[in-house]
Amino acid sequence: INHIVHNGGLYKRPFNEAFEETPMLVAVLTYVGYGVLTLFGYLRDFMRQWKIEKCQNATEREEQKDFVPLYQDFENFYNRNLYMRIRDSWNRPICSVPGAKVDMMERVSHDYNWTFTYTGRVIKDIINMGSYNYLGFAQKTGACQEAAAKVLSQYGAGVCSTRQEMGNLDKHEELEKLVARFLGVESAMAYGMGFATNSMNIPALVGKGCLILSDELNHASLVLGARLSGATIRIFKHNNMQSLEKLLKDAIVHGQPRTRRPWKKILILVEGIYSMEGSIVRLPEVIALKKKYKSYLYLDEAHSIGALGPSGRGVVEYFGLNPEDVDVMMGTFTKSFGAAGGYIGGKKELIDYLRTYSHSAAYAASMSPPVVEQIITSMKCIMGEDGTTIGRARVQQLAENTRYFRRRLKEMGFIIYGNEDSPVVPLMLYMPAKIGAFGREMLKRNIGVVVVGFPATPIIESRARFCLSAAHTKEMLDTALKEINEVGDLLQLKYSRRRLVPLLDRPFDETTYEETED
Amino acid sequence: FQAPAYHLILEGILILWIIRLLFSKTYKLQERSDLTLKEKEELIEEWQPEPLVPPVPKDHPALNYNIVSGPPTHIITVNGKECINFASFNFLGLLNNEKVKSAAQASLKKYGVGTCGPRGFYGTFDVHLELEERLAKFMRTEEAIIYSYGFATIASAIPAYSKRGDIVFVDEAACFAIQKGLQASRSNIKLFKHNDMADLERLLKEQETEDQKNPRKARVTRRFIVVEGLYMNTGDICPLPELIKLKYKYKVRIFLEESLSFGVLGEHGRGITEHFGINIDDIDLISANMENSLASIGGFCCGRSFIIDHQRLSGQGYCFSASLPPLLAAAAIEALNIMEDNPDIFQTLRAKCERIHKALQGIMTVKCQSFCQILETQLTTVSIGSRENDVKLLKRVVDYCMNSGIALTQARYLEKEEKCLPPPSIRVVITVEQTEKELDKAASLLKEAAQSVLN
Repeated sequence: INHIVHNGGLYKRPFNEAFEETPMLVAVLTYVGYGVLTLFGYLRDFMRQWKIEKCQNATEREEQKDFVPLYQDFENFYNRNLYMRIRDSWNRPICSVPGAKVDMMERVSHDYNWTFTYTGRVIKDIINMGSYNYLGFAQKTGACQEAAAKVLSQYGAGVCSTRQEMGNLDKHEELEKLVARFLGVESAMAYGMGFATNSMNIPALVGKGCLILSDELNHASLVLGARLSGATIRIFKHNNMQSLEKLLKDAIVHGQPRTRRPWKKILILVEGIYSMEGSIVRLPEVIALKKKYKSYLYLDEAHSIGALGPSGRGVVEYFGLNPEDVDVMMGTFTKSFGAAGGYIGGKKELIDYLRTYSHSAAYAASMSPPVVEQIITSMKCIMGEDGTTIGRARVQQLAENTRYFRRRLKEMGFIIYGNEDSPVVPLMLYMPAKIGAFGREMLKRNIGVVVVGFPATPIIESRARFCLSAAHTKEMLDTALKEINEVGDLLQLKYSRRRLVPLLDRPFDETTYEETED
Repeated sequence: FQAPAYHLILEGILILWIIRLLFSKTYKLQERSDLTLKEKEELIEEWQPEPLVPPVPKDHPALNYNIVSGPPTHIITVNGKECINFASFNFLGLLNNEKVKSAAQASLKKYGVGTCGPRGFYGTFDVHLELEERLAKFMRTEEAIIYSYGFATIASAIPAYSKRGDIVFVDEAACFAIQKGLQASRSNIKLFKHNDMADLERLLKEQETEDQKNPRKARVTRRFIVVEGLYMNTGDICPLPELIKLKYKYKVRIFLEESLSFGVLGEHGRGITEHFGINIDDIDLISANMENSLASIGGFCCGRSFIIDHQRLSGQGYCFSASLPPLLAAAAIEALNIMEDNPDIFQTLRAKCERIHKALQGIMTVKCQSFCQILETQLTTVSIGSRENDVKLLKRVVDYCMNSGIALTQARYLEKEEKCLPPPSIRVVITVEQTEKELDKAASLLKEAAQSVLN
């Protein structure tokens, strides 16, 4: 299904999103692959149980053998038999700044991934296509690092108190004013962890008697926050506006289940960029629906802040909309700002309420001062307030990199999911064996990629996910593309049946972009 | 050939049944009233939601934060006034330590600030691995796991083990992070009175009789006890030896939350297990945050590999969140070094606590043991009426003290969300850096303030 939408003036630019269908043969082979693995898994479990094979995972204490077992055997079936085979693709330890190139510590396993030993060697200059470094602020030199060093020597590393008690430093106030200015909202509040921002603030906003409409593919933090709030949760199909409208209509017309009382409020939870699909939310339509049905919108811009929009202000600027239309703008500082933490921006009443009733303000320690300084410096750089044009150049470089990389991969014949403009590029692998093979082959060629399988994705749709960065130069991208081409031929990953006509290499210009398909 | 009679009759009945089904009216499972389109539109027009957030009164006590200019160290500048800090949990005074800061600076020069990824995707740095090893060695357990946020540590650890259908016995005075972890786990929660082992035993016995009625279910229901080493809400410690006896008698696992007792209790600062001299393997999971004694950010869980390794794939705050910034991990490692090199600071801290505990007896009820470094001081007078008035009174006490150079804070709670709301109190925190003169000054000032405000 290929959507090219110019929907009645709501969209000011073409919205190209594509999720190519899984080829039938590939789907069948994938199921066969998982079937074989499951059979072998049962066989190995059987052998382990009857002590024919040595059992290598840790076991319960002797004194506690008669306690109720902590884990059910079948819960860990997937872990023991499928995940363990390709475990070396994840948790790879690095020992340098996670910029465009990274140094990795080499590790080997002599017992098929049950234990790892470090050889002591360091693999240098691996092209990093896995870290969330969209604007390249993960640096160990430069203005951000110097400012953070100064603040570290002045304030120390920790804070040792909560925001409402003695942990509210002047730096936090400065940061919040800056974030509010950056987003174009009245007021903002910052928290120490992006995950916790969602899971601790959604329960403060909605409670029993409210309705939450959440996208199918929302992040675990949004799902946890929705569950902890106690509200009723209804799920609409991913990025599908008809499904959302139907749910909204039904909810208002029929009220709460069984008692038929009207809902107290309705909150729609969406994300700016969905990190596993690479798709961008259809924000103009969501806002139109929200206004028509009088509900509230919670936008999680974890991946899209800094990465979309001509000046990096996120998905709202990308679509040319008014930030005041979004009731709660949430985001994280981990991805584009090279720091850690999350924020929520919105009207002053909202932020005042959160200052009083948010779980994080009352019980969790506030942000560390050098991290705050890093955010302040990088945000000023993006906005151009530090007197240079570095920020603007980086945002443009990221957009160019995105378009170039996606176009080249499509030309090569891989199946790529997601929107044309999203810097998150999922490349479909499908078969379980190729997950491990792709990760290892790319590492041999000095490129670090991220592969994801079940349970983060549906079982047959495992993928490799590339995260582009403004720090990637064209040479790095070309090297990476060459290697991906090689590995793609080696592993037969070029499943796409729709070929794009390769464009001549000219500077990208939206108005002349054409796409032809057979 | 001729088909037998019963065959024809059966086929005939089948055909008649199919014809009936084809022509019968379809029915929906859920009974929905048939509203016309116009009625639906009217309903949609009429519906008015509540405002997203109710307005907050301007003088709400939690709305106006104290602004601290400069580092929150021993001498702290609050709202423009210089005071001695009795409010930050900087127990070992490591917030301003030069060695800690220089270790963090070195890490900043090598790695930058952020890690740009979760642990699974190029977010594991050698500093994280080193910190995990050091913590495991310090606490003398097999393995440790680090989280990037103190609150998320116990709130992710509990749901990783305890699922729907399992039973958790938890103390009434458990802190908010534990409550959120229990809520996320969807297990059956049984509260027992604070530090009351008889009440806990009663609940365990009840559970045992239930189990005998349904032994099949009992064989798969996991049971846990969640307690804190030093309770944040009341300031006293849990009776761990009795808990261990109950553990083996009723076959329940123990999760111990040591945020305030790690780095304070025990001869070398290993927490409440060292304080009572208990074998650390008897506790299934110890969770603590590094935001108090270690003056960093984040948290960790330690225990046997059998238990801790499970969190690497099912701890939500570990798998779905970016890892701890390396400079904070390096600061924590250096803080651990200092703790290991100077084991006498724990003794000094304990002596200071005993001193102020003695000094504060009198007008305020001080609820804690004498060697605990957090004192929850409460009003001894019968509450004037509402909690709000108590809070206002305590605020006047705090303001009086702040004006005279001692920075204190009230213990903050979310009143509507806590399961068992503790009474309002002022939290006094003792750190290693405070001199005896300052301790005496604080005690006398508190007494003065209480007298002048309450009369």
